[in-house]
Amino acid sequence: MSVRLRVNPIACDAHGLCAELLPELIRLDDWGYPILDQSEVPPDLVGLARRAVDACPTLALLLEGD
Amino acid sequence: MTAGGHHGLPRLLAGLEPGGEPMTLAAHTRVHGPLPSLPPDVLIEEVDRSGLRGRGGADFPTARKLRAVAGRRRVGAVIVNGSETEPASAKDRLLLARLPHLVLDGAVLAAGAVGSSEVIVRVGAGSASVVRALESAASVRDNERVRIQVVPGPEGYVSGEESAVVHYLNGGGPLPTFVPPRPFERGFRGRPTLVQNPETLAQLALVARFGSRWYRELGTAADPGSALVTIAGAVAAPGVYELAFGTSLDDLLDAAGGATEPLQALLVGGYFGTWVDATAAGRLRLAREDLRSVGCSLGSGVLIALGQSACGLHESAGVIAYLAEQSAGQCGPCVFGLRAIADSVAALADGIAPPGVHQRVLRWASEVRGRGACHHPDGAVRFVESALRVFEADIERHAHGRCDARPAGLPLGNGSVRVPGGRLAELRKAAAP
Repeated sequence: MSVRLRVNPIACDAHGLCAELLPELIRLDDWGYPILDQSEVPPDLVGLARRAVDACPTLALLLEGD
Repeated sequence: MTAGGHHGLPRLLAGLEPGGEPMTLAAHTRVHGPLPSLPPDVLIEEVDRSGLRGRGGADFPTARKLRAVAGRRRVGAVIVNGSETEPASAKDRLLLARLPHLVLDGAVLAAGAVGSSEVIVRVGAGSASVVRALESAASVRDNERVRIQVVPGPEGYVSGEESAVVHYLNGGGPLPTFVPPRPFERGFRGRPTLVQNPETLAQLALVARFGSRWYRELGTAADPGSALVTIAGAVAAPGVYELAFGTSLDDLLDAAGGATEPLQALLVGGYFGTWVDATAAGRLRLAREDLRSVGCSLGSGVLIALGQSACGLHESAGVIAYLAEQSAGQCGPCVFGLRAIADSVAALADGIAPPGVHQRVLRWASEVRGRGACHHPDGAVRFVESALRVFEADIERHAHGRCDARPAGLPLGNGSVRVPGGRLAELRKAAAP
């Protein structure tokens, strides 16, 4: 089953930890909010993605289909 | 369904007098006949065959929305979303203020189809005539098994968004929520909820009476029926017009008295819509395939004509500044992105933008798209991208300080083009199927 990342944009406060922990999938826009160029998480990155999700201070990063 | 119903236009606006009074229940019944009673599956099937799509801007097939709710347990209310927060649009207010029984017929029929016994009409608190018309119409429909309630609410641009309407009725602020769950899954009081635009319900009330074959007598195979369009800007008689799908945009402008000066562009679909060069636009038909070919959709049915004496760049800068201001303020990309885009477009219009700003606006626009909880930022950047495309030559001219245009005064915020009960006319030109 495929695993997807999603940002709840209402909860997100631009702390930016996600982009630091998972630069393979997440970059920041000019205001520090995360941009996901693809939502699908390759199997080898699932562990790192989970770590980024756990690190988000506002619980705005979500892993779905996990 | 009774066979027949009358042929040609007007349909929704049939029997509407030029005065300002709402049509009484007796007059409404005289014009359209009594409210039919149909088994839920029969009604939904007929709506499906008619090809009716939502008229609030999303174009979603109405039968699919009905089925999505009807298939669930513990169905809650049917919400008539009469917020109409698009500044240039006046058609929903016209229907609610002048033809309340047609909309309520549709709402009651939809409630029956999805297994609901409660109708809530959400309207803008500023439209006293709408609230009055609906309350008095609801009070004379006393022999129905469906309870009808009118709820006036705030009028900000995003407060009319579907999830914002549900959130407000649930006691929260009038703000969009993170979806899913969508209202058809979990909406008003946590129950599956059908949210529909007033025009969609009014059309449904006619489909229920006269059937899908009658409905398809007008329009094209892909876009059957008629639509209400609010025509504004540089036309002699701005107002709300009912016309058949398939009608050319030139004929639409003629219906509104024709252009008052040579036109340079049309804004199709309102502020979530798209600018189209006037020479390309006239021949387009009011049909999804035609509009899609130039990157447009009908949206909530707004057409704004921009004359050659005006400046599309300055007008667009005003609109995007308004849209940035109207952000609900919840999502970073929308709050900061739209503000930055608006400031840059203003600088381009004023001819004071440093090199590279044009490209940067386009990058921001593509980055902001899809990153809000609702579609407010998506519509705003679509508008901006079309403005920079259609008025590209103006950017260059403005950089060299040459613009002697007059302000067109596009409707912004509450007020400028509100014409409920204003000018009405119908376009009798039915399109060839």
